[in-house]
This record gives sequence, C-alpha cells and structure tokens, in this order.
Amino acid sequence: MPVEDLDEESSAWLRRLGARSGERHAAERELHARLVRIALAEVRRRSASTPVTGPELDDVAHQAADDAMLAILAKLDGFRGESRFITWAYRFVILEVSGKLGRHYWRNPPVALDAGQWERLPGRLGIDPARQAEAAGILAEVRRVVEEELTSHQRRVFVAIVVDGIPLDALAAQLGLRRNAIYKVIFDARRKIRRALVANGYLDEPALERR
Amino acid sequence: MSEQGRLERFLRTDPRDVGCDEALAVLHIYVDLVVAGGDAAGRYPGVAAHLLACGPCDEDFTGLLQAVTSD
Repeated sequence: MPVEDLDEESSAWLRRLGARSGERHAAERELHARLVRIALAEVRRRSASTPVTGPELDDVAHQAADDAMLAILAKLDGFRGESRFITWAYRFVILEVSGKLGRHYWRNPPVALDAGQWERLPGRLGIDPARQAEAAGILAEVRRVVEEELTSHQRRVFVAIVVDGIPLDALAAQLGLRRNAIYKVIFDARRKIRRALVANGYLDEPALERR
Repeated sequence: MSEQGRLERFLRTDPRDVGCDEALAVLHIYVDLVVAGGDAAGRYPGVAAHLLACGPCDEDFTGLLQAVTSD
C-alpha cells in the first residue's frame, strides 16, 4: 500500500523510520521506548501464569523489546498497511514475550517434563473435586485412550500439556518445535480421544465433527 | 455444566480452526478490526475459532488488544 494511502500516524512512522539518520534515530528511540513499555506491561499481565519472576521478568521484557525492534526494522518493507503500523509493530513484541517466557520456564520449572501427574487431570479440566466420582469412568477411559491409542509423540505432548499443565510455548521451546506443531498434535489427540469416547458410548456424536 | 459436559467441551474441535501460524499471521489485522468495532470473527471465522481453543494465541490476542488500547 502506498504510504499516502495509510492512516496519518502509520504514514508518519514509515516516513520517519525511512528518513535520514537524525529523524530516523529519534523515531527508532521512540518506537523502542514504546516497545519496552508494552513488553513490561505484558510480562506483568502474564506474571501469574509463569514461574519467571522479579528481575528476570523485567529482563525478559527488555530482551523482547530489543528483539522485536530488530525484527520490525528488518521487516519494515513487509508492512502492507493491512492494520495500523503500531498494531503491526506491537504484534512483534507480544510474540517475543510469549516465546521468551516459554524458554525461560525451564530455568525453574514447577513441573518436570514427563511427570505424568494423572491425578491432576480432573482439576486441569475444571472438574469439581466433589464430583470426580461422577467423572471417574470417563476419565479412566481418557487415560486408556491416551496410553493405548495415541502415538508416542501424541501421548508425550498430551501428557505434558493437558495432564501436567506445562505451558504450550514452554514445551515447544523444550522440544524445538513451533507452537503450531504442538497445537496440531493436541488438536489431533483431542479428536482421536473424542472419537474413541463416542465409539465406546461415553459421549454423544459431536455436532461440529458431523459436517 | 456437568462433569461430562466439561470434558466434552475440552475435547470438541472446530474444523474451521486455522491453527496458530495462520491466526498469528493476521493477529494485528484482527485486533484492529476488534478495536474499530468491526466484525473480526465474521471476516476471520477460522481465527475466531482458533482463539477460542488455543490458550497461548488467545493470550497473545488479549495482550495485543490491551497494548493498542492502552496507548
């Protein structure tokens, strides 16, 4: 999209970031300061769901802002004006925060990989402890399907994410896989488990999968 | 919701779900649509389905939405 067709603020960012040194450096400093502010706010927003704490959390934010800044400048020509420039830019820093919190998880992990804490599954699924007896049969069947019908890779990923509650980004970092690859494994495992539960009379035929 | 219902909801998959890569590729566009009051879910039903099912991508969506609205 030509710069003149963008909204005023986006157009100004592109013009300033593409200008000669003085104006460009001022724009880069301004953008970096905004990325740092957003990253700090984001790590604080996520602080309850990560074992990363204190100064390490601030370090994650600053590293995320630095890496996002480099990525934004390297990909500036790829901005196509489909959103406001600042939304496009902030996306980089938010995704950097996600990825870095996933990697930092393993510095002090509350749960080891392959722990297999099956007793915690009801809680992970939001099942009321007082009503676990009601769900005991179906949960036993879930475990049977996981152990007998999933592939070893599906089983390892399912147990890590669903049974042990390891964050998806942390598992992706540990296994050297992309988030999407882990999500796809869980997606397929959920479908496989559901089909088995339907076939064995534990659940009704799912409406969405009939299509 | 019954205990069986909770499990059923967890196991439910939506064939429209585009996955993380496609959802994150347009997250900035989706967020701007939401901020502008547009029909983001109508324009990107596969992204909407994904955000309902994927906790990490929904966290990124929430974070980006909060970032642009806090400016």
